[in-house]
Amino acid sequence: MRPSDYPPPWRVEEAFAAPSDPDPVEVGVLVVGAGPAGLAAAIRLGQLAAQEPGRLGEIPVAVLEKGKGPGAHLLSGAVVRPGPLRALAGEFPSYGEVPGEAVYFLTRGRAWRVPTPPTMRNRGNVVVSLSQLGRWLAERAEEAGATLLPETPAVALLLEDGRVVGVRTADRGRGREGEELARFEPGSEIRARVTVLCEGTAGHLTGAALERFGLAGAGPQAWALGVKEVWRVPRPLPRVIHTMGWPLRAGARFREFGGSFAYPMGDELVSLGLVVGLDYRDVELSAHDLLQELKTHPLLRGLLEGGERIAWGAKTIPEGGFVALPRRFHAPGLLLCGDGAGLVNVPALKGIHYAVESGRLAAEAAWGGELSAYDEALRASFLWRELREVRNMRQGFARGFWRGSAQAGVATATRGRLPRDDRPTERDADQELFATGRASSYPEPDGKLTFDKLSSVFLSGNRTRDDQPSHIRVAAEVPGELARMWARMCPAQVYELAEGGAAGAGGGLVRVAITPSNCVQCGAITAKGGRLTPPEGGSGPEYTLT
Amino acid sequence: MRALVFLEHHGDAIAKASLGVLARARSLGEAEGVLAGEGVRGLAGAAGGVVWVAEDPRLAPPLPAPRVDVLAKLVRDEGFDAVLFAQSVLASDVAAGLAARLDAGLNWDLADLVEQDGVLVGKRPALADSVWVDAGWTSGVRLALFRAGAFDPAPDAPPAEVREAAVELEPHSLLAELVEAASDEGESGPSIEDADVIVAGGRGLGGPEGFALVEALADALGGAVGATRAVVDAGWYPYSAQVGQTGKTVSPKLYVAVGISGAIQHKVGMQGAGTIVAVNKDPHAPIFEYADLGVVGDLHEIVPRLTELLRARRG
Amino acid sequence: MKIAVCVKAVPDAATGRRLDPATRRLDRGGDLALSDFDSHAVEEALRVREARGGEVVVVSMGPARALEALRKTLAMGADRAVLVADDALAGADLLVTARALAGALEREAPALVLFGQQSADGDGACLWAAVAELLRRPAVSQVSELAVGDGAVTGKRQTEYGYERVRAPLPAVVAVSDAINEPRYPTLKGIMGAKSKPQETLSAAEVGGAAESRTAVLALAPPPPRGESRRIEDDGAAAERILEFLAERRVL
Repeated sequence: MRPSDYPPPWRVEEAFAAPSDPDPVEVGVLVVGAGPAGLAAAIRLGQLAAQEPGRLGEIPVAVLEKGKGPGAHLLSGAVVRPGPLRALAGEFPSYGEVPGEAVYFLTRGRAWRVPTPPTMRNRGNVVVSLSQLGRWLAERAEEAGATLLPETPAVALLLEDGRVVGVRTADRGRGREGEELARFEPGSEIRARVTVLCEGTAGHLTGAALERFGLAGAGPQAWALGVKEVWRVPRPLPRVIHTMGWPLRAGARFREFGGSFAYPMGDELVSLGLVVGLDYRDVELSAHDLLQELKTHPLLRGLLEGGERIAWGAKTIPEGGFVALPRRFHAPGLLLCGDGAGLVNVPALKGIHYAVESGRLAAEAAWGGELSAYDEALRASFLWRELREVRNMRQGFARGFWRGSAQAGVATATRGRLPRDDRPTERDADQELFATGRASSYPEPDGKLTFDKLSSVFLSGNRTRDDQPSHIRVAAEVPGELARMWARMCPAQVYELAEGGAAGAGGGLVRVAITPSNCVQCGAITAKGGRLTPPEGGSGPEYTLT
Repeated sequence: MRALVFLEHHGDAIAKASLGVLARARSLGEAEGVLAGEGVRGLAGAAGGVVWVAEDPRLAPPLPAPRVDVLAKLVRDEGFDAVLFAQSVLASDVAAGLAARLDAGLNWDLADLVEQDGVLVGKRPALADSVWVDAGWTSGVRLALFRAGAFDPAPDAPPAEVREAAVELEPHSLLAELVEAASDEGESGPSIEDADVIVAGGRGLGGPEGFALVEALADALGGAVGATRAVVDAGWYPYSAQVGQTGKTVSPKLYVAVGISGAIQHKVGMQGAGTIVAVNKDPHAPIFEYADLGVVGDLHEIVPRLTELLRARRG
Repeated sequence: MKIAVCVKAVPDAATGRRLDPATRRLDRGGDLALSDFDSHAVEEALRVREARGGEVVVVSMGPARALEALRKTLAMGADRAVLVADDALAGADLLVTARALAGALEREAPALVLFGQQSADGDGACLWAAVAELLRRPAVSQVSELAVGDGAVTGKRQTEYGYERVRAPLPAVVAVSDAINEPRYPTLKGIMGAKSKPQETLSAAEVGGAAESRTAVLALAPPPPRGESRRIEDDGAAAERILEFLAERRVL
């Protein structure tokens, strides 16, 4: 049974609308998403507009952000290559250069140091909190003249004669059944000459645009789910750590590609997390619980002992790489940037500087008026060359850790020349599921080192209004196994088997009970058989340190 | 300390909370009460000791401004160095107005008043009761508002010694007019935010019918009914009763959690409750970590029995 | 009719409200947001303006950064914002705050002054009474329904004893409860237009000088422990044991 056998009730037409507001808000360039891509685009546009004020109209740049504020929905490791951002915005706040690094292969009780793969070398890179960086970038964007509109999700692209002319924003103040509550405020229409989509991973409008405009690339996109925590620690972590192996399983049938990271944020804080490809097959796999299990490993336990968990969050990362990139990054009136467009270097675990670069290039194309110039610029950029070099490294892991590593090794050694062709990516939701009883190894939360999902959701700052319509689209009735997979998959405990539902393995269909207000909008459900749509503005987590 | 204690009254009785403050004040030093209204002289006996009585038809409506005038004059004439109030809608307005009139410091929401190293210190829980603040004064006259129910009244009152308080009202104190006196609009039970007792139900009830047990117990305790997010989501009880991070924050004297696991989203909505009793059949439920009395057992047996016992006790 | 609304920008709940152990004051270093309770007051002011015309001026005291939080009131529809910001006012207590606000209000001379029910960070539920006394005008608090007539307002208030109605001639100070209305969400146009609405910053000197606080925070301490958590298993007499416990704790 595959998740894709039970598609969600969602049609791509829902993400498009014809303009109907006689008095819309008008802006020059509309950026959707206040992440590194969107804010880089806004900053660059501000710099260009300063040279020729008035060219983009009264409101030259507006940036929409669905979260409570910039940074609220930003989450990453993160170790960033600083060049592109420094060139654009100057010296940005960070936790300093990577002090050193080590890569380990883990088994249950031991850690084996392995040579750092060339793709993962981080010399000269800096550790940041992406959420904090987002807030800083937002200030720079506003200084440069951009108008930031938080709590404003874009739910549909406005189409006029086949051209994107802006977006429609979300309604506010609907009740659970969609009824209008006392403070109901309908969404607005914002018209723009160019709309730049920087929605990040599993972007709602980006996915719809790829389909509608026929922009999708050779291979389908695939994602990984990362769950992370920030800890205050008594002793500094002296180096950046990456691990492979335990608790993920190497066997080909499991398809558990991923690993973990621990990054020092100064002397007092540590960011640590676990990332696993969503093409995994085990119904009982829970990234959150694997992270809890990981913390019990001797390598990490000592680091965290006596410390305090102060942040938690989860987000997906596009893993398809070069093969899954859109074949075209523009459509009439529209540009696609950053993680939403799949611009992530998986072996290097880097995407932020690509987001910044793509945002900058999109701004220049939007300013110049010729959107096809964006595609040319991307292909001429360093990020294209790098992504092409590592295009086949992820796909080999479909055959297990060892064969995947071997293939990745070959690709690294030949700098991407071998294997010669473009190995295809596969859809995460197409993977056949089975159950292994793995959940029995997850630790019971002790509230000191390991934690349950609900208290983690609380720590993410999530205070989503309960009585609004559900923003999660999944098939109403699914096999028990699929429901159980979703329940484990979701780090925020959104899905549960409905009370009294039959949970027999492969037996009759069950209803899934959903608690949408827990959702931290990681995007995993979009990869694994359902669809995440944006809820009311300001919903979801309020990350500050992730 | 020579304190003047504001004795709020309603109908024929002095508010219990005011008598509580008077008792506490007397344990710390000299304390005299003040009654302001019309026909209130007879209430002085309930307080006992020196009670200043300000009698005037203009003081009949329970409005704050004229009381500011009465208290200000008493403080100036008699040299009180502290004026203490039990928190209430009226008392808060009087205390703040008096602070402005006398240029005196006002600390509110105090749970206790003590003497530390010869200095009067107010104890105040802050930030959802997560930290306690020692509050002091730098002015000569010290004003304090105490949380309702912070102190118990003295078991008996000494004989009262009534003194007449002058009633000289400022023109601006007479501007507000009571147009319609207070009446209960026949609401069934206290609203959840004001309730002294809340009985709340969660998933452990098994279904919406389980709330019949909760309502009966709430009724027997004279309290309001609360619900967790999970059961409101499931449609077992209305959203207006939801207690928790995204529902209401309550701080009743007694919170009885029936069939509630006690995840943190719920806890932050009720952790300020004076006494927490939890009934749940799961011994590992997080609520047992912070309940004052945790009962592991079947709520379907325990709750009706408790309701029965309470009714018998009342009747 | 000129309506003034006194609001406070408080630390955003998400970035964590905490007391700074060094200064023993609320750590106001993080993001500031409009106090939730005050949005009801702003909403009511907007409704009064919609019914009777006039101007809504938002008045606040706080650090210079608070201007951003005040922008939300402008986005909701308020016409102007006035912020009293002065280092001398840091850590101001009730009276210092009341004096600063009264000073700013005297400059504005509004017909009606609205307050929200309580401050979301200090739990102080009586600032308006102090301000009204300084202005020598009547105050009506806990108002859940407000009727504004020519020259007077009538508020339906909720007290411990039920509902009553109080009438006060204008100018008057009214503190509204959160039951009075549902504050509107700012519209997109409102948000975008907020930046260009007049925002004024006043120093302490311009509102009568910075007085000295009459109260002080002497120390912070962790809360007294809740006391031992007692756990019992039902042996058939659980209900009786609960009753005993409740009687012991004197909550019956």
